[in-house]
Amino acid sequence: MNGLSSGVFLVSSSLKVVAAFSVLIVAVAYATLAERRLSAWIQDRMGPNRVGPFGLLQPIADGIKNVLKEETLPGSASKLFFVLGPMLSIIPALVTFAVIPFAAPLPTPWGTIPMIVADVPVGILYVLALSSLSVYGLVLGGWASNNKYAFLGGLRASAQMVSYEVALGLSLVAILMLAGNVTLTEVIFRQQHLQMWFVFPLSLAFVLFVISAFAETNRLPFDMPEAESELITGYHTEYSSMKFSMFFIAEYAHLITASALMATLFLGGWDVPFWSGDDAFYRDGQWIMGFDAGGAPVLADPAWWKSLLTFAMFALKTGFFVLVFIWVRWTLPRFRYDQVMQLGWKVMLPAALAYLMLIGGAILVLDEIGLAFGPAYGLALTAVSLVATGIFVFWLDRGRIIGGASRPARRAPPPKAPDSRPAGEARLPAASGAGALTP
Amino acid sequence: MAVTVKVMRRPEPGRSSYLRAALRGMGLTFKHLVNPNKVTLEYPEEQPDLSPRWRGTHRMEVHADGRPKCVACGLCPTVCPANCIRLVGGEDDQGNRYPVVYEVDEFRCIFCGMCQEVCPVEAIHVGVHFENAEYTRSRFVYDLDRLMDQQHPTTRLWDPSDRKSE
Repeated sequence: MNGLSSGVFLVSSSLKVVAAFSVLIVAVAYATLAERRLSAWIQDRMGPNRVGPFGLLQPIADGIKNVLKEETLPGSASKLFFVLGPMLSIIPALVTFAVIPFAAPLPTPWGTIPMIVADVPVGILYVLALSSLSVYGLVLGGWASNNKYAFLGGLRASAQMVSYEVALGLSLVAILMLAGNVTLTEVIFRQQHLQMWFVFPLSLAFVLFVISAFAETNRLPFDMPEAESELITGYHTEYSSMKFSMFFIAEYAHLITASALMATLFLGGWDVPFWSGDDAFYRDGQWIMGFDAGGAPVLADPAWWKSLLTFAMFALKTGFFVLVFIWVRWTLPRFRYDQVMQLGWKVMLPAALAYLMLIGGAILVLDEIGLAFGPAYGLALTAVSLVATGIFVFWLDRGRIIGGASRPARRAPPPKAPDSRPAGEARLPAASGAGALTP
Repeated sequence: MAVTVKVMRRPEPGRSSYLRAALRGMGLTFKHLVNPNKVTLEYPEEQPDLSPRWRGTHRMEVHADGRPKCVACGLCPTVCPANCIRLVGGEDDQGNRYPVVYEVDEFRCIFCGMCQEVCPVEAIHVGVHFENAEYTRSRFVYDLDRLMDQQHPTTRLWDPSDRKSE
């Protein structure tokens, strides 16, 4: 318990639970507003700006509206699972945040309190377990609605989540190898220790993680489970009022948690760049900031303003990823379902596996050489990863993976005879039509 | 006649790049994101520009002494294709004809503007106006007093010699 007495631990943990939960819920509310404003700006519109200054009270108005709406229960729905669906979807989304450290430790008269709700020893494994759990809410909700669209949405959700969890997990293994531990506090400390965020030495893992995170949060271009144009709104077609709202909150909570996770794993979490004064990690009964040349621990110097500054850094990094999520959503069209599966199994999985071997080998070699864990170590891995990322992008590029519906085996046959028709026009059902029409 | 089909020139799958196309798209949306010229018209504060030939709800012109200009000739209910004008004419002591009842049912009206065109004394007009919301359906039958109270500008008639209204 980080050297705190059990009473202090209990009180501080309860306070952190309340604080983290409220901040997360407020962040979710404002993520919806950010989504609406940004989507509007991207489409050259204004977005909601009437409720309160700059539309800042819009989420409250939305909430009131959703609470006051009629609650419907489809006649042939399976009532128990229909009610259970939204709950199962929202709880993992909110609970995942518990293991993400959001600031440097805060010194108080009763001891230095770590700014993380629960520093569980299984860290990343807990995140993976809960993110797999959240798919049950979607599947149950979709199946219990007894609606063909909802059912298809639920099916798609399960297939997609399972497929991308593989790549997600494998890209995390690279981090675990470099961090040597699964707790997220240790991951942050190792990034501070390396004096380099993991996004550089593990760039391909970052790319794979971001793509999988898009798929895991069901955001465009992977919003198969709720594809509006195909499935109405997919798994939550039959939901209304607060039950719908819970799915909605869960979606945005997932978004924020995924962003926070990316910030923590790859951008150093609450770490302030180019400054090691904020570094703090609990080891062997004391807060340390690093090791000196002889390997002896250097004591950390926590301060309240450092906690505040690091929290601001964390919020900034998380917010950046939230913005990227929104930006991508309003840019890219949806993948076709077979393309999603193709990308997941034929690209992400082999790429993640190959990268894992490569980075594992590189770490082994560096350790054998006896290079100390520091900037040089990081730069060496960065070089390896850059090459790997270059190969990956080159392979993914050129449309070999995401192709059109009909893939001509060869080049289109040359025109048979010179004809007088204008270019770009073909005659149907003339004999030359078939070849010319193949896109 | 043979059917002609327009063939879209798309790159072959092996020659197209989802990655580059996606990045280009991101750049495009970012350009729009920071573009300060939004197309939204902030309606109650900003009013849309209406054409001078816009045909909205009616308005009755009045004389300086406050009497309606209408002489109850009965041309407008006759020409009205939607049959939305109800006119009951009367005659005063000097023998001037005036409308006793003049009602326009704005729900039935199709805003063709023929009442304005046909009016010999330029009394009834359609207006350059669109904010007509009411709380009850009955309020959409405009009586004579209501028509005389309207203040919005009236529609300029189409002039065949000036086809573009310049």
